[in-house]
Amino acid sequence: MFKKLLLGMAAIAVAAGTTPAFAQNSPTLAKIKAAGTISMGHREASVPFSYMDKDGKPIGYSIDICMLFINEVKKELNIPDLKIKYVPVTSQTRIPLLANGTIDIECGSTTNNLTRAKQIDYLPVTFITGTKILLKKDSSIKGIEDMNGKTVGLSLGTTNEKAFKAAAAELKIDVKYVMVKDHPQGMLNLESGRTDAYSTDDVLLYGLASTSKDPASWKVVGKFLSYDPYGIMVPRNDSEFRLIGTRTIADLMRSGELEKIYDKWFNPGPTNINMPISSDLKKAFEIQALPH
Amino acid sequence: MNYNWNWGVLLDDPYLMWMYTGFGWTCLVAICAWVIAFTLGSIIGVMRTLDNGIARGIGTVYVEIFRNIPLLVQMFLWYFVFPELLPKDWGHFVKRGIPLPEFWTAVVCLGTYTAARVAEQVRSGIGAIRNDQRNAAIAIGLTSVQVYRYVLLPVGFRIIIPPLTSDFLGVFKNSSLGLTIGVLELTAQSRQITEYTFQGFEAFTVATVLYCLVTFTVMTLMQKIEGRTRIPGMLSLGAK
Repeated sequence: MFKKLLLGMAAIAVAAGTTPAFAQNSPTLAKIKAAGTISMGHREASVPFSYMDKDGKPIGYSIDICMLFINEVKKELNIPDLKIKYVPVTSQTRIPLLANGTIDIECGSTTNNLTRAKQIDYLPVTFITGTKILLKKDSSIKGIEDMNGKTVGLSLGTTNEKAFKAAAAELKIDVKYVMVKDHPQGMLNLESGRTDAYSTDDVLLYGLASTSKDPASWKVVGKFLSYDPYGIMVPRNDSEFRLIGTRTIADLMRSGELEKIYDKWFNPGPTNINMPISSDLKKAFEIQALPH
Repeated sequence: MNYNWNWGVLLDDPYLMWMYTGFGWTCLVAICAWVIAFTLGSIIGVMRTLDNGIARGIGTVYVEIFRNIPLLVQMFLWYFVFPELLPKDWGHFVKRGIPLPEFWTAVVCLGTYTAARVAEQVRSGIGAIRNDQRNAAIAIGLTSVQVYRYVLLPVGFRIIIPPLTSDFLGVFKNSSLGLTIGVLELTAQSRQITEYTFQGFEAFTVATVLYCLVTFTVMTLMQKIEGRTRIPGMLSLGAK
C-alpha cells in the first residue's frame, strides 16, 4: 500500500515534467521531492551526537553532518526551501521507522553492523567507539571480570547489551541485569543505587557523566568489550540517495572539515566531554575520503 | 515498504524461548496485579457505599488519586520515587534486596491502579441494587457485614461481571508498560527480538496474536460465567 503511494507520488512528479532522472531511480528522493519535506530521525539524549538543546532542538555531531547532507539533497533536487521534519527515535524504533519510510535518514549514535544492514544501509563510518563500564569513582571494580554478583544496567536493544552479556558468559560470571529503555534511565538507576554500573559505548558514558549533577563522581573503566563503528542510517536499496550522503561525507573528510566538526563537539565540546580525536578515527577519515 | 520478511526466525533458538518466557511474565504480572486489584478494589468500593463518612472519604481520595494519574507516570513514581521516600535501608531493600524488584514494582503499580477502577465498578454495582433490599435486610435484623455478605455483594458482583472483564483485559494489556521499568514481558521480548534480528514486524505480529488469543479466551470464559451465575428476574439481568 505504502509502495503504491510512493509509486503514485513518483508518477505525479514525473508527469509534472520537473523531475530529474535520478528521482525515478530513487524512491526516497522522489518522496522527498513530492512532499517538499525530509524526515530526519534524531535521538533525544545521545550526547554529544544527537540530543536536544535547551529549546528542544536536536543538535550534535551527527546532526551537523546530517544537515550538510540535507544541504546536498536540496541542491540535487533544486528545492532551496526544503523543510525538515524532526522525528525523535529510540534505539528500538530507529530501524523499523526507517524501514517503513517514516524517516528518510537517522542521525544518532547507531553502530554499523551486518545484521542491521539486512534492513537498512549506512553512510561511511564517522565515529569509532566500543562498550565500556561506568561506575561511581570510589568503586573497586576495574573491569567486567570484577562484576561477579554485581548489578549492571543495560539499554534494551543495543549492541552493548549483546556485547556485555556475551563477555559475561565467556568469563562465566554471574551478573544481575536491569534493563532500561534509554541512557538517562540507566544513569538514574546508577545514581539512585539500583545498579552498581551502567554499560554502553564509552563515548556515551563520558557524555552521561559530563551532563550529570556531579561529573567528577564517575569513572569509565575496563577494556573495550565490543567494536562499534557509528554510521548515519539511510533506507536500503536506494543507492542514488546513499551516494549523495557518501559523497558529502567523503568531501568533508578530504577537506578536513569533518575533523573541525569533531573538535567542535568533542574537544572539549559543549558538555566538556574532552575527547581528542583518536588515531583510529583519524585514519578512518583518511581512508574513507574517496576521490571524485 | 522496503523490508525482508522472515517468519522462520521466530522459531530459532533462543527467540522462541524469549517469546515463551515473555508471554509467561505477561500472564504472571497480569494475574498477580489482578489479585491485588480485585481484593483492594472490592474493599475500597464497599467503603465508598458505607454510611461512615470517614470510610467514604478514604475511598474517594484513593480512587481520585489512582484513577487520575497516568499509569506510565505511576509506574515511574513507584520505581524511581517511592524507594527514595523510604528510610535508606528500606529503600535499598526495595531497590536491591527483594528478588525481582522490577516485577513486583510493576505488579503493585498495576494492581493499585486497577483497584481504583474495580472500586468504581463495585460501587456502581452496589448502587444499582434498589435501596429496598438494603432496608429489608436491615429490617430482618442482619448486621452491616451480613447485609453486604448475603444481600448486596452477591447481586452487585453479578451485575458488574461485564465491566470487570474489561478491567481484567485492561490489566493484561497494561502489563506491557512494565517494560518501561525493565520487566521482560511479551512486548519487551518482541522488542528484544527486533534488536537482535531486526525482524520486528514478525515478532510484534506474533505478540499481537498472543494478546488477542488471551483476551478472546477470557471474554468467552466470562460470558459463560455470567450466564451460569445469572439469577432469573434479578435487576438488569431480568431483561434477557
